[in-house]
Amino acid sequence: MFSWISQVFMVSWFNLRNLKERLGTSLSTVVGVAGVVLVFVAVLSIANGFRTTMSSTGDEKTVIVMRSGATDEMSSGFGNDTAKIIGDAPGILRKDGIAVSSAELYVIVDVPKIGTDTPANVPLRGVSATAPEVRGTFEIVEGRMFEPGKNEIIVGSAASTQFVGLEVGADHRWGENTWRVVGIFDNGGTVEDSEIWADVKVLQPAYRRGNSYQSVHVRLESADAYDAFKDALTTDPRVNVKIEKKSDYHSGQSTFLSATILVLGLVIGVLMGFGAVFGALNTMYTAVSTRTREIATLRALGFGAGPVVISVLVESLMLATLGGLIGSGLAYFVFNGFQAATLNWQTFSQVAFAFAVTPPLLIGGLVYAVAMGFVGGLFPAIRAARLPVATALREL
Amino acid sequence: MTDSTDKEALVRVEGVHKIYTRGSEKIDVLQNLDLKVPEGDFLALMGPSGSGKTTLLNLIGGLDRPTSGVVAVAGERVDKASGRQLAKWRSRHIGFVFQFYNLLPVLTAERNVELPLLLTTLSRKQRAKHVATALDVVGLANRAKHYPRQLSGGQEQRVGIARAIVSDPTLLLCDEPTGDLDSKSGDEILDLLVALNRDHGKTIIMVTHDPHAAARAQRTVYLNKGMLMSEAEIAEMRAAEAVA
Repeated sequence: MFSWISQVFMVSWFNLRNLKERLGTSLSTVVGVAGVVLVFVAVLSIANGFRTTMSSTGDEKTVIVMRSGATDEMSSGFGNDTAKIIGDAPGILRKDGIAVSSAELYVIVDVPKIGTDTPANVPLRGVSATAPEVRGTFEIVEGRMFEPGKNEIIVGSAASTQFVGLEVGADHRWGENTWRVVGIFDNGGTVEDSEIWADVKVLQPAYRRGNSYQSVHVRLESADAYDAFKDALTTDPRVNVKIEKKSDYHSGQSTFLSATILVLGLVIGVLMGFGAVFGALNTMYTAVSTRTREIATLRALGFGAGPVVISVLVESLMLATLGGLIGSGLAYFVFNGFQAATLNWQTFSQVAFAFAVTPPLLIGGLVYAVAMGFVGGLFPAIRAARLPVATALREL
Repeated sequence: MTDSTDKEALVRVEGVHKIYTRGSEKIDVLQNLDLKVPEGDFLALMGPSGSGKTTLLNLIGGLDRPTSGVVAVAGERVDKASGRQLAKWRSRHIGFVFQFYNLLPVLTAERNVELPLLLTTLSRKQRAKHVATALDVVGLANRAKHYPRQLSGGQEQRVGIARAIVSDPTLLLCDEPTGDLDSKSGDEILDLLVALNRDHGKTIIMVTHDPHAAARAQRTVYLNKGMLMSEAEIAEMRAAEAVA
């Protein structure tokens, strides 16, 4: 066994010492695999970033209440009476006797995207005064909070970097009002950082919505209070509502787009992977071909076929792993944290998010590279092992 | 793998057929061939191209298997062994000398010579001692650190011979060892092979189509169309050559 392992080591070492003689083809394999892994990781990091942004919105204590049957805020709606009943439900956190509950209105406004200047649907959310407390992670990072009753808006930090003209002091005509941006807020990297907020009482008449709302967002006393809160409202004959934890609601909204991007990434990755595998096959067949007599000589001297197979695989795997490391490294340094915005097909509004090149994704990219190297090296390795020694010894 | 029926011949080839198939065509490369090579012999195998010399050498060296017949070396049936057994057997019993030297270009002379010893249980120190001895025998002790590209053709072949003898094999098989050399270097290689046979008792089988090289061997057998030529046929061939 030791002899076999030492043979593997020796023949692999001879192979690798020979690499500089085949630098061009070897580098093409490295570059090919690196390119595939770069694209693979980059595309999947889009899905990853989008999903992360959506699922990080809300926690176990924040709950969204919509009309029964609504799939999202856009298709929801109820009057002030319902909103008040929801605000009085048990389990809601109360401060100074006031429920930490925000009845909200959700409309879409057109804002051009930075870079492309194409119009994009950006959510303009009317919120109550307690909205920051409901979220828990809310903070003003520039300017100030809007004043109740005024035509003032605050802009999410992600929206401010993705859309044109959302800097503090800018004016916009939306609905029947002209709005002034008075502050930038950050909500901890959540989907709400892609929104624009205004006082719901000012937004309602600007869009002729009377006294209606689309959702109520509440903060519970504790995560354990969820069941009691839900039961109280779903059994109350006065209201007909649907209750979800906010984290579940936003995760559900990300499913379609995340799955689409994931499938797209896998398809692109697999198609490009075919190309890289053929590159690796070509490199390794060339390697075996140029070393035919050398391999035959080792076989004639008594080295086994097994070590020859493994040595070819080792070379292929090393080249692919190097390509994988380069591709993953480039993906991390170029794309991790890259800010982008895309349309959430469930709300038809833009969501700004950052590409997330996570360790599992990097490991996935490396595993894919190794798989490409294995497939690319396997057949040439088998060919090397099956070389007719007597004939190959005389090859020039 | 052991064959106890014949102890007097180091190499015993009996009724060997070797047929190659190319598409639907069958080519008889060796036909009912018998040959015995005693220990300490230096045998030259001659014959025209395609006569089966190298095929016979490969069969004796366990690089190929006969279609039928017996090939035994030092009492071991080479024709019956598996690929894995043959690889192990070759490393213990056979030293190959190739026409084009077949040195690994990325290794120095001493590392090339050391290759067969990597398959043994010898320590690094013991291997170094064997390598030094082998290089000394071929007169290249001062070229141990040189790479093949830094050596002449004759020197490369000496390294090839050192590699062949370093593990003290039972049999040296040389396939056109002077075929790629000028006459002076070729003579030096032949001198070396003669010395290995005469002074170190090595049994050598050498394929050549050079009568001058064959003349340095103890005896010569001729192959023609896969069969050994008889004494009468050889005499007839020589007479024809003389007339020509």
